Amino acid sequence: MNPVKIIKNGILNENPTFVQVIGMCPTLAVTTGAVNAVGMGLSVTAVLTCSNLFISLIRKFVPDEIRIPSFIVVIATFVTIVQLVLKAFLPSLDAALGLFIPLIVVNCLILARAEAFASKNGPVASIFDGIGMGLGFTLALTCIGIVREFLGTGAVFGVTVLPDMIPRTITMILPPGAFFTLAFLMMAVNKIRASRAKA
Amino acid sequence: MRLIAILITAVFINNYVMSQFLGICPFLGVSKKVETAAGMGVAVIFVMALASAASWLAYNFILVPLNLDYLYNIAFILIIASLVQFVEMFIKKSSPSLYQALGVFLPLITTNCAVLGVAVSNMQAGYNFIEAVINGVGGAVGFALAIILFAGIRERLERNQILPAVQGFPLALISAGLMSIAFLGFSGISLL
Repeated sequence: MNPVKIIKNGILNENPTFVQVIGMCPTLAVTTGAVNAVGMGLSVTAVLTCSNLFISLIRKFVPDEIRIPSFIVVIATFVTIVQLVLKAFLPSLDAALGLFIPLIVVNCLILARAEAFASKNGPVASIFDGIGMGLGFTLALTCIGIVREFLGTGAVFGVTVLPDMIPRTITMILPPGAFFTLAFLMMAVNKIRASRAKA
Repeated sequence: MRLIAILITAVFINNYVMSQFLGICPFLGVSKKVETAAGMGVAVIFVMALASAASWLAYNFILVPLNLDYLYNIAFILIIASLVQFVEMFIKKSSPSLYQALGVFLPLITTNCAVLGVAVSNMQAGYNFIEAVINGVGGAVGFALAIILFAGIRERLERNQILPAVQGFPLALISAGLMSIAFLGFSGISLL
C-alpha cells in the first residue's frame, strides 16, 4: 500500500471517531475548546506513531500469548515520555488535559491499531498508519471542539467572535454538550455516507 | 463521615461516566441489554475495588520509596492488566457459575479507562488506603448505576421507529446526553 492511501484511509474511510467509534473518553472529555482538542489529538498522534513503529519492529520477536501486555508496556512508555515533555514545555496544556494524558494508555484506538495494523505490517507502513489515524482523530476532536467552544463561549481557538449580546449556551461546554455535539456530527456523517452509498 | 462523603461524591456528584467521561467505551458498547449491563457493572465494581487497593499499595510502598513515582502510569497499567488476568483465572477455578456470568466482561475491563483513572486520581488526591478503596468502590458503583439505567433506556428505544441516520450511536449519544443533564443536578454539591 502506498503512504498516501494509508493516510487517507485513517483520516476519511476509517476515521477512528466517526466510523470506528473508538477512543471515546478523550473525544468527549477534552473537547471543551478547540485548543485542548488539538493538543489531545496531537499527543495521541505522537504516541500512536511511535508505538506503531516500535511494535512493528518487535512484532517478530514477541510470542503471541504475551503480545497484548508487551504492546501495553510499549504504549505506556511513550505516553510517559509525552507526559513528561508536555509538563516541561507546555505546562498549561498539561494542566488542561490533566488526567487524560496518562489515560492515553487505555485509549482503545492505540491498542486497536497495534493489534490490527502494526503487528502485521512493516515499520514504514505502520508509521504512516499511525500518522493517518492520529490525524483523523485530531480532525474529529477539533471539529467537536470548535462546535462546543463556539456555542458554549462564543469563541474559536480562544478568540471571541460572537458579539456579547448573543447569549451563550453554557450546556455545550458541560458534559451533556459533548454527547449532543458528537451525536449530531455522527448523524451528519451517517447521512453523507448513506447518500454516497446510494449514488 | 469523610468516607461517606467520598462515597457519595464518587457515585453521584463526580459520576465517572456522566461527568468525568471515563469508561465511555463499555458504557456505549455493552449497554444494549440490562442483564449484560448489570454483569459488566458487577465485574467493574469487583476489579476497581481490587485495582484501587493494589495500585495504592504499589505506589506508596514500591514507587515512592524508590523515587520512581514518575513511572506510575506504566506500573498501574501492568498491575491492572495482571490483576484482571488473575481475577479471571481465580473465578474460573473457584466459581464456574460466576465465571459464566462475568467471564466475557473481564478481558474488556483492562481497557476500561475508569479503572486506570481511579488509580491515578486516588494518587493525585493523596487519599489514604481506606479512602482510596472507598473511592474505587464508589466510582464503580456510579459506573454500574449509569450503565444499568442507560441499558434500560436503550431497551425501550429499540421498539420505536427511528430515522436511519440517527440509529445506533447517535441515538445512544443523545440519550446519554439527556441522562447527563439529569446528573448535572448533583454538580455543585460539595461534601468534602
